[in-house]
Amino acid sequence: MHFDLTDQYRARPSAIHRLDPRVKVVVAVLFILACSLVPVGAWAGFAGLLVLVVLASAGSRLGPAFALRRSYVALPFALVAVPLLFTVPGDVIFTVPGLGWTASAQGLERFLSVLLRSWIAIQAAILLTAVTPFPDLLWALGALRLPRTLVATIGFMYRYLFVLTDEAARMLRARAARASHPPGSRRPGVVWQARVAGNMVGSLFLRALERSERVHAAMLARGYNGQLPSLTAHHLHLADWIATALAVLLLAGLLAVVYRR
Amino acid sequence: MWFSPAALHIPDGFLTPLIAAIGWVLAIAMIVIAIRQTNRQLGERQIPMMGILAAFIFAAQAINFPVAAGTSGHLIGAALAAIVMGPWAATLIMTAVVAVQALLFQDGGLLVMGWNIMNMGVLAAFSGFFTYRLVRRYAGASRGATLAAASAAGWISVMVAAVATALELAVSGTSPLVLATAAMAGVHAFIGIGEGLITMAAVGLLLATRPDVVQGGAVAPGQRSASYVLVGLGIALLVALFSPLASSSPDGLEFVAEQQGFLGLALSSPYEVLPDYSIPFVSNPALTTILAVAIGALIVFGGAVLIGWLATRREAARA
Repeated sequence: MHFDLTDQYRARPSAIHRLDPRVKVVVAVLFILACSLVPVGAWAGFAGLLVLVVLASAGSRLGPAFALRRSYVALPFALVAVPLLFTVPGDVIFTVPGLGWTASAQGLERFLSVLLRSWIAIQAAILLTAVTPFPDLLWALGALRLPRTLVATIGFMYRYLFVLTDEAARMLRARAARASHPPGSRRPGVVWQARVAGNMVGSLFLRALERSERVHAAMLARGYNGQLPSLTAHHLHLADWIATALAVLLLAGLLAVVYRR
Repeated sequence: MWFSPAALHIPDGFLTPLIAAIGWVLAIAMIVIAIRQTNRQLGERQIPMMGILAAFIFAAQAINFPVAAGTSGHLIGAALAAIVMGPWAATLIMTAVVAVQALLFQDGGLLVMGWNIMNMGVLAAFSGFFTYRLVRRYAGASRGATLAAASAAGWISVMVAAVATALELAVSGTSPLVLATAAMAGVHAFIGIGEGLITMAAVGLLLATRPDVVQGGAVAPGQRSASYVLVGLGIALLVALFSPLASSSPDGLEFVAEQQGFLGLALSSPYEVLPDYSIPFVSNPALTTILAVAIGALIVFGGAVLIGWLATRREAARA
């Protein structure tokens, strides 16, 4: 049994997939930065960014709605921005019956802008993961001067992620098989259940620690000397430069129009 | 959603670019020190060990148990990692966890990842580590004291991360300060209990099966440098976060103060540490909330020391 942890990469024969991973990372980050820079209430700016991300989704042959479909992930967090509705002073648009809180138009504008920013930004992140194989993504982060040790650690984590989540899934299944509580029986206390969960975490830790020792020994046996050599090599082609320039121009132009208003 | 234990992964768009950049600068600085510190202890074992333990924390976050009202208790894991591996290794491990959650599952943003690393990695790991160390220093190193220390470390690490998240959101103008801190602190005071219980049981199992791991403890301790960092970080955070708050209250603050009914609702959560989360003689309501959280943390800390001390005495009497 596997958790639904399938790789998020979607292979397609598209020009966007073929771009250098560095270009894809930089463009995605610039796009997210542009999302954060669009001022409150600049609906045209948000619409423009949304069009861009849908076009990129279509251009990578994932279908225009690919990123849209998965973009609900960040929505629960929007709860923390809901109070803006009631705390930003301004023209009253409605009053919550019974409580007397008043929602203002300005508050609604702020709330919707925060929501749109994160909703559009997350689509760029979803797209980045969908068009770039994770090892290439990590290679790009290393090439963009993130600490190499950190990148190598993340790479290692990715390699064993599925092994250890499967291990955790087996433990959860074993617990479910042994600790069922038939209808009518008393539910065990929270503290007892927390202890069981904690013991599972503890034994998972020991298994992980011992696995890391075995893996390290196996690596040493194969000549590991602290460096992880990489066979990946990417080169920036003309298409990469054009794509970067196009993206920068589009985003800068969009922001210029939004701020000119 | 099974890998998202608490509302601590800030998505993109919720922080202003300037605040996000400050977070990245702090996070990168801490990561570079953490790499150097763990490398000194582990050498070329560093990468496989940190990587696999990061995968462990990710998997451990899936192990949950049902709590009342449809919610479930989970682990964030920073405190556990810091207790067993030391704060620097825990920082590195949690950084990898946060990075994979953001890059692979879009759980947390890319531009704001610096703060997510600071909250769930650096701040949670260091606060958990120091709570654990201090409780054991005052209460003794018996089994009972170790367990009390572990549970207090779990709770306090979650609270620190939650309050830091709320402050960052408030400074960015995404969530009103008073409500954000009160709501985050209130909810996480509850979530932290689960963290504390799981951390305690996990450390208990390790004590029983592999005491060398817990007693030998910290793989990459670097304790003296760690305490300098904690002090420096605390000061930097206070200056960075309170300068905008102190100069002028963000819009909405006065408004909230007027609408006391609203404030009262957010504060009347059943699991609060102090009634009303407010202390009468401090006037700024946000500072009051933070002060209340600090006092709550002190109470938990004191309780853990007391329980640990009693346990140490009883175990000594039995021996």
